[in-house]
Amino acid sequence: MKRAGFTTVWLPVALLLPQLMIIAIFFYWPAGWALQSSFYLQDPFGFGSTFVGVENYTDLANNGEYMRIAWFTVVYSALVTFFSLSIALLLAVKADNVIRGAKSYRTLLMWVYAIAPPVAGFLGILFFDQRNGPLTVFFQTFGWDFKLGVNYNSTATAMVMVAVWKQIPVNFIFFLSGLQSIPRAVREAAMIDNRSATGRFWQVTFPLLAPTAFFLLIINITYALFDTFGILDTLMKGEPGNNPMTLVYKVYLDGFRGNDLGGSSAQSVILMVLVLLLTVFQFRLIERRIHYT
Amino acid sequence: MTQTSPRRRIRWSTVSDHTILTLGAILMMAPPLLAFITASHDAVTIHRQGIQLGFGDQLGTNFQKAMFEKGGFTQTVDGTLMLINSLILGVGFALGKIIISMMAAYAIVYFRLRFATLAFWMIFTTLLLPLEVRILPSYEAIQRLGLANTYTGLIVPLIASATGTFFFRQFFMSVPEELAEAARIDGAGPVKFFIDILVPLSRTMIAAIFIIMFVFGWNQYLWPTLITTDESFFTLVRGIKQIVLSYTDAQIPEHGQALALAIIAMLPPVLIVVFFQNWFVKGLTESDK
Repeated sequence: MKRAGFTTVWLPVALLLPQLMIIAIFFYWPAGWALQSSFYLQDPFGFGSTFVGVENYTDLANNGEYMRIAWFTVVYSALVTFFSLSIALLLAVKADNVIRGAKSYRTLLMWVYAIAPPVAGFLGILFFDQRNGPLTVFFQTFGWDFKLGVNYNSTATAMVMVAVWKQIPVNFIFFLSGLQSIPRAVREAAMIDNRSATGRFWQVTFPLLAPTAFFLLIINITYALFDTFGILDTLMKGEPGNNPMTLVYKVYLDGFRGNDLGGSSAQSVILMVLVLLLTVFQFRLIERRIHYT
Repeated sequence: MTQTSPRRRIRWSTVSDHTILTLGAILMMAPPLLAFITASHDAVTIHRQGIQLGFGDQLGTNFQKAMFEKGGFTQTVDGTLMLINSLILGVGFALGKIIISMMAAYAIVYFRLRFATLAFWMIFTTLLLPLEVRILPSYEAIQRLGLANTYTGLIVPLIASATGTFFFRQFFMSVPEELAEAARIDGAGPVKFFIDILVPLSRTMIAAIFIIMFVFGWNQYLWPTLITTDESFFTLVRGIKQIVLSYTDAQIPEHGQALALAIIAMLPPVLIVVFFQNWFVKGLTESDK
């Protein structure tokens, strides 16, 4: 709050009201409802529900399929985060180096940000087409019988590749702006101290980029968990079958196709706790980031 | 010797820099570009041979069909209608979010309110849980309010997150305090100060956040998938899977038309991001999402 604040009372209340009403109706009510119904077993026909305590949660823990999906989600998020961060970092370092054409490279490397995940997934379908997709053909020349939507590992590979491709621009933009905010004096001092470009990068540039990288780490994990829904859904063409999927996809599947309200709510609550932990972690890092700069 | 060797090394590293950047650019550019080129061929060619490397002569036809021919399951929706719906969602979401969050941020930063801290925390808790983790209960809420298949149901729940408020709060905090004091001494009330001083001062910020939010709204998929079952409310991004599936299930799949539709779905946000990239980058890096 500003020191010289206005003292009117009705105006700020009126200004806050729309935001507060929206979050009350579309945030607190649904979130509370999810928490509540995760402790109930819903009647399949929608008549009433019985309190079952933590049974929905223990069911999930004992459900082999759910645990397998959870494991896939972990591997998938790790791969997407690792590859999109490292490719973007490489490109950002190079784009920061060059003098000629820097602006054009920036434009070319970042515009994919604007493509919607399901549209990216649709492009993936073209490239991983079973008969004549260029990447399918490419994998087959190496003796890998690549089959999108049929073979578990093939589909998982396609999902990771499309998700990485779609996420490179965001990481690139943040890394580049992080690099550009490193003061000239620091760079020049490093130039004098260390003649090897690689050495300079790991000893000077990378530590200075660490806050950006930590921040992006959280952003990327959140992206892999939630924002790739559209990519997954298009790549498996809406037919989950034996295809790999993430936890968010499973919430959608159980809640909307399986009509398992209690189970789906319990899954939602698990995800909420997960995001909560991630965010708390992120806020602590952001605070540290402010001290850095 | 000692003179030439570093010079040559620098030149080589420049070459490798440009090579890596060019490869990166190709990696990012090729998929959408090839999709565009392939969209200029007729259905049979695409069906038999897949992605094409040279332009065909069906570009106009495919785009015209995608825009004006009705497709989908009930044959009630064409590209134009979906484009309009996408625009309504993108612009409606961006504007709604900016207006509501600017108002809230103004109230939090500039007024002495007893429950300001409470309101602050109530709003900022929403940063913690993205819509995706509470889709089912949010869907139930919309159903009970009778807002399924309405623009309100499509847009308003997406606004229920504090990203915008957080962004404007930070910006307002950085505005010099003397400004409000000076305005008060000059006899300007809080409303006048907001509209005549703070809003014009935030112009760049508003533009930056508008671009981010427009792209975010335009690209929504999961929420529109749940909330709009009536095809006349389909956005391009929401409709794309359905349409693509119905096109590809046919005897000779209408790949050309499906591709044209995908291109139309990516074009507006891409153009905005490319043309206003300075604002876009500013909005992205300063809002910290």
